[in-house]
Amino acid sequence: MEALTRIAHASIRVAAELTPAEAKANAAAQMAGLAYGLAAIGPGIGIGMIFGKAIEAMARQPESAGMVRTTMFLGVAFTEALALIGFVAFILLKFA
Amino acid sequence: MKTDDPHYVSILSMNDQGPAPEAAIVRDIIKHGAIVAPILIGLSALFWGANGAWSSAYGVVLVLGNFAVAAWMVSYTARISYALMMGATLFGYIFRLAVIAAAVFFVRNATWVELVPLCMTIVIVHVGLLFWEMRYISLSLAFPGLKPKHVASPTVQDSTSN
Repeated sequence: MEALTRIAHASIRVAAELTPAEAKANAAAQMAGLAYGLAAIGPGIGIGMIFGKAIEAMARQPESAGMVRTTMFLGVAFTEALALIGFVAFILLKFA
Repeated sequence: MKTDDPHYVSILSMNDQGPAPEAAIVRDIIKHGAIVAPILIGLSALFWGANGAWSSAYGVVLVLGNFAVAAWMVSYTARISYALMMGATLFGYIFRLAVIAAAVFFVRNATWVELVPLCMTIVIVHVGLLFWEMRYISLSLAFPGLKPKHVASPTVQDSTSN
């Protein structure tokens, strides 16, 4: 707790020394990083659920493995699109 | 868990030696990507010039490469074990996302890169090709991957056999 307070005080000291433009850029970078992190968590959970259910389905019915793998692959690709959108938002906020 | 059951099969030892539907799907996606790429590159060239065209081409290559690596990982590890497939693909998701991030990050200051067309291409190509591919997916036990291009009707088969 004490370490966190020290970090917070240090951040405030650093922020106080920044010009408004630098402070704005700093905040934008932090928010972009946060957005990318949040955008990657959701698809990570989603892909985990897709794979878990697919493995369960293949274990129960091995003859339907091909069909399940097709559905799983497309599901993962669609879920991954969300992470890519988050990544693109991060890149555009941070560097464009 | 019934380990004393003689019919018990662990998921760790199960694998799939059959044909990999992912490989066929990704080959089809890449074919469609080759059709879409000139249009997107042309549009980017129209709005952002030559740099936009290069950036768009780079984005298309990134997305198609991402699909190809994902399919290869699933089909390769499924032949070994389903558990390995799950592990490889979950870590593969992080790995591929990191590779895409690094691929964009390292070229962001290059003279030939325009970030807006690059980022737009990545999202549009990824989502667009997936939606396009949905039209060609069969999802049946007989054809687990792509729809067959031509299935002879029973009437034709009967007439040829007679």
